[in-house]
Amino acid sequence: MKSLLNGCIVALVLIAIWQVVVTLTGAPGFILPAPAKVAETLWTSRALIFENAWITGLEVLAGLVLGTTMGAATALHLSTSPMARRFVMPALVFSQAVPVFALAPVLTLWMGYGIGSKILMTVLIIYFPVTSNFLDGLMNTPKGYLDLARVMNATPARVLWRIRVPSALPNLASGLRLAAVYAPIGAVIGEWVGASRGLGYLMLLANGRAKTDLMFAALVVLASFTVLMHWALGILATRLERRTKGLLP
Amino acid sequence: MGAGPQTAVDLALPIGVWTCLLGPSGVGKSTLLRLIAGLDVGVAFSGEVSTSDGKSLEGRLAYMAQSDLLLPWLNVAQNIQLGAKLRGEATEARLDDLLVRTGLQAHRDKHPPALSGGMRQRAALARTLMEDRPIVLLDEPFSALDAKTRAEMQELAFELLKGRSVLLVTHDPAEAARLGTEILLMQDSGISKVAAPSGTPIRAVDDPAVLDRQTALLRQLRAA
Repeated sequence: MKSLLNGCIVALVLIAIWQVVVTLTGAPGFILPAPAKVAETLWTSRALIFENAWITGLEVLAGLVLGTTMGAATALHLSTSPMARRFVMPALVFSQAVPVFALAPVLTLWMGYGIGSKILMTVLIIYFPVTSNFLDGLMNTPKGYLDLARVMNATPARVLWRIRVPSALPNLASGLRLAAVYAPIGAVIGEWVGASRGLGYLMLLANGRAKTDLMFAALVVLASFTVLMHWALGILATRLERRTKGLLP
Repeated sequence: MGAGPQTAVDLALPIGVWTCLLGPSGVGKSTLLRLIAGLDVGVAFSGEVSTSDGKSLEGRLAYMAQSDLLLPWLNVAQNIQLGAKLRGEATEARLDDLLVRTGLQAHRDKHPPALSGGMRQRAALARTLMEDRPIVLLDEPFSALDAKTRAEMQELAFELLKGRSVLLVTHDPAEAARLGTEILLMQDSGISKVAAPSGTPIRAVDDPAVLDRQTALLRQLRAA
């Protein structure tokens, strides 16, 4: 509750600064619309914005579910196979050297203007942080636990499932926190490159027609959505962390 | 990383009683214990661990360390049954009996962070007993406890581990003098057998023979 209050205060302060800048510079509305104007557009164009926000939301959620699942599965596989770590890890790291932005046109070319290419962009952008964080946790199980399991003649699969995975959940949680913030970026980049729907598309459209207030309104919705995702996944992440520490009731 | 001392050690464990391996920190007591347990030690080791009946030690050992190693995400009862879970065996009915004997029946559903240090070590002891192995390796399991709790834990562990072959690694002469049927002193020069106090363990903390032996052991440790 306290963090919600703090968030509101920060938002109000930012809006106040925004208003001050508009007043002091006397910038025209098509360069920097006043907060009140943006709020008005937010309301009058609510149907248009909602229609597009819905698509972006779908892309982000689908990307998150797929990206997290694939990332976690990859980390689990890598953690059990030194061979896979030796060959797949460098490839994964190298894949991070290719800017995802640069891939967007290619993905759109291959997968078309629909939501498929946007979901794939989202998956690509969150796959690595989830994989690397979770793998890090899986490879750093406290040594004492593993010693104990060894003396107890545990099978590797059960050690993975009952000790390594639970002890790595806080790392998976860190990955989720990052994913929550990255996922909307992936979806919007995809929409910028080529789309007929979505908040990214709407922003480009508004920009092209000098409807800066609409662009800002879409941006506000996108930012709110990202904050909401961050908050929701943050709750999940905190639960995972507390579970591993044995602090859940 | 230097080569370190290269000492040949020869260690024979008597069956069914407590052997205390006493030595200063860093002399390699824990490493030796880990070698017996078949754990990684990060040093070169040449030699063999053998048994008088010629059978492998695998599956006949239980291990308890200074850190309780309770999994925080499991409650006390689940932690005690960890071994069976990790082997995919059905959990045994002995759980309730062990909870009673370790005084943890009221805490069976609690998670480790909610327990005191003494309770945690009792849970670790119950987990060790749940394994029901003839040989028990104890790596300074009582050294992090306060004096009162330590004395109580020594008594509880001794009673519950009766009949098993126990190897206790310790740096505390008082502990060795109290618990050891056999006391081995480990120093850089190797392992030597030293006399245990008269009487059979577990000896009283204030037994004059124990106090005498304790002083003598400390002197030997310091002379090295």
